Amino acid sequence: MADHAATHAVHDPNIGNTGLDHRKMGMWAFLGSDCMFFGSLIGTYLAYKGKSISGPTPHDVFDIPLTSYSAALLLASSLTMVLALAALQDNRVKVAAWWLLATAAMGLHFVLNQVYEFWSFVTHHGLTLSTSLFGSTFFVLTGFHGAHVTGGVIWLLLLVSLAWRGKLDRRDYTKVEVAGLYWHFVDIVWIAIFTIIYLIP
Amino acid sequence: MATHAAFMPGAKVEAPTFWGAVASWLTTVDHKRIGILYGSSAFIFFLIGGIEALIMRLQLARPDNTLVSAQTFNELFTMHGTTMVFLAIMPMSAAFFNYMIPLMIGARDVAFPRLNALSYWIFISGGLFLHVSFLAKAVPDGGWFGYANLTSHQFSPTHSIDFWMLGLQILGISSMLAGFNFLVTIINMRAPGMSLMRMTVFIWMSFVTQFLIVLAFPAITVALILLMFDRFFGTLFYSPAAGGDPLLWQHLFWIFGHPEVYILILPAMGIVSEVLPTFARKPLFGAPVIIYSGITIGFFGFGVWSHHMFSVGMGPVADAAFSITTMLIAVPTGVKILNWLCTLWGGSIRFQVPLYFSLGFIAMFTMGGLSGVMHASPPVDLQQTDTYFVVAHFHYVLFGGSIFGLFSGAYYWWPKITGKLLDERLGKVHFWLMMLGFNVTFFPQHYLGLIGMPRRIYTYAGDLGWNFWNLVSTIGAFTIALSFLVFIYNVIKTTRAGKVASADPWDGRTLEWSIPSPPPIYNFARVPEVQDRDDFWLQKHGDGHGGAPRPRPAPVTAAEIAAIHMPPSSFWPILLALAMAMMISGLLISMYQVIVGGLLTLYLMYKFAMEHHRPADGHGH
Repeated sequence: MADHAATHAVHDPNIGNTGLDHRKMGMWAFLGSDCMFFGSLIGTYLAYKGKSISGPTPHDVFDIPLTSYSAALLLASSLTMVLALAALQDNRVKVAAWWLLATAAMGLHFVLNQVYEFWSFVTHHGLTLSTSLFGSTFFVLTGFHGAHVTGGVIWLLLLVSLAWRGKLDRRDYTKVEVAGLYWHFVDIVWIAIFTIIYLIP
Repeated sequence: MATHAAFMPGAKVEAPTFWGAVASWLTTVDHKRIGILYGSSAFIFFLIGGIEALIMRLQLARPDNTLVSAQTFNELFTMHGTTMVFLAIMPMSAAFFNYMIPLMIGARDVAFPRLNALSYWIFISGGLFLHVSFLAKAVPDGGWFGYANLTSHQFSPTHSIDFWMLGLQILGISSMLAGFNFLVTIINMRAPGMSLMRMTVFIWMSFVTQFLIVLAFPAITVALILLMFDRFFGTLFYSPAAGGDPLLWQHLFWIFGHPEVYILILPAMGIVSEVLPTFARKPLFGAPVIIYSGITIGFFGFGVWSHHMFSVGMGPVADAAFSITTMLIAVPTGVKILNWLCTLWGGSIRFQVPLYFSLGFIAMFTMGGLSGVMHASPPVDLQQTDTYFVVAHFHYVLFGGSIFGLFSGAYYWWPKITGKLLDERLGKVHFWLMMLGFNVTFFPQHYLGLIGMPRRIYTYAGDLGWNFWNLVSTIGAFTIALSFLVFIYNVIKTTRAGKVASADPWDGRTLEWSIPSPPPIYNFARVPEVQDRDDFWLQKHGDGHGGAPRPRPAPVTAAEIAAIHMPPSSFWPILLALAMAMMISGLLISMYQVIVGGLLTLYLMYKFAMEHHRPADGHGH
């Protein structure tokens, strides 16, 4: 009985009877839900595509090379995210922190590109939230994606700060893995948005 | 710092002071206490929604009545619908999810106890936020469905729609967080041996409901975000003048709204599936088929939304498609009803109050289902849309279905939750008054609808032939109110001097009856090993085919209890919910409040996340 009690005391309350981590499963449930969230926003964009009665059209305003560069940044950041997790699982905490920082930096660069893009649409093309259906659907859909990336950047930076303060090591890899799941999901959503909004004429 | 509270056998928790007790409820992460909080808050909201209904019925009791104005009437039916759906039935179901899911799967708590507390506090702030609109004299008046473009700035210039839209957004966050939590709990925290098909049917229906919640709520979240952008930031989503289509709202709303119907009814179906076998002393007939039917209903629930929109002119192809899916979804529902009846067949039935309510559920829900199938046919639907026939239909499924089912659960699990038995005689009085009042209220509304009385009118002329049945309906509504007074009296009386309930007062079948009433904070002193869906019954009585009762597990030792660790209470959930409420209500007050509330939310999320950093390591430091 004493042995039983001892093993019980060190049992990780985050691991369920299936052997899976609660937090990871919770993140998957959230991502399933978030699919419906972006699905509804993308559906709205598609339903209103070409229905604007005034204002600039998508191809008057899009800067495809810039957005392609942004997309490449975000995709590359998925690689650094994986490298960060791998390094942490090897207990190379310093290396993991650098990869996390690189991931956050690319995410931040993506967000700044988007801020520049929004600014140029407003100032050069006169496209705002209330110009046309295109303006409304475009800014709300890509803006909510940008908000997701911003949230991810903040999350990554908090993980970096934990690592620098010696509060993150191999034992905590699930925290980084869960953040990674979120980050990869935000990437994948961008692939869908980039294709549907920017690439399909 | 100790991260876990340990239990010393025999150690009594010292009697807390009044403020200590308040603080312990505000910071609790115990799923049972959160369940009680959900249940009692929901019942209060249920009474508020009920009073709104009574005022409406008084206004309609006779023609050309002037008790309330047209504007007040709009506010009453909007708040009645919103309250009953989001603040009464859903959280009453959530009360049972919270209290019963861990007990029925043999777990000590939910997967994320603090997230569970957060869901409750967000729910309560959403409910209060909606009701602050009464103080602000800007009560929502656009109907619980809030159709565009009545909700635009042009047609609703006051804050009334803002209260509704932001209130629903807050409640949606709460429901989705709870949904993630219960999904993980059910998948990941079942006792050893409890395969998916050994879960009881209430757990299964709850499981399907959580899927519906996490997949359907994002649609209304988006619909409300678009509405918020239209109202606050000048976008054009629901603006026909700019080429926008008000039908976008209807589609998004009903893509959420129809699964929502099953979110409201599936938990009640789960409760009935527990009560019937217990009181018929017989296993649930075709339990796997009931489970498959529940899954099928959940799946089809996403494919029928446009049957709420036949009258907007979607064209024959869409009408036909949604008509067929709607008729199809009646099949698994019918299967369930058949199985419930077959459960009773040949059972040794004990007529006790929980069974009364479950039988009431079957009868009333079947009637609501039948009028539902009538609407599935577009030509019939066009006759019935926006008449009292529809009002009658959805009250037969929501009141006759969900409320009867939920009160069956309340009577059934009351002894487990409180340790006191409710009075049988008063329970039967409650049932018969409610059954009578319910039918007297809503059955005549079928007729009123068919002879042309529209919904949502605040008064009517005296020469239309509607006077008598409206008066009857009003009398029925007050009978329902009376029945709930009996219930409240029963609760007060038995709480003061009721019979003490044993651990297993109904000779139950499932795990929750194997532990004391009310359960200790850790639920199960030893996590059970499960071999069957009706595991506890088989332990007591054998399989009914001559098999001996299964050997009971050895008594629990003090050392085992001492080794149990439960998460300590936490004040981060309530603070985080307050910060979120501050951020969202700031949208009506000032942008500074939004920013301060937002930063506070972020900071508290960080504190929340770091509270148990490295829980497995808690003993090492």
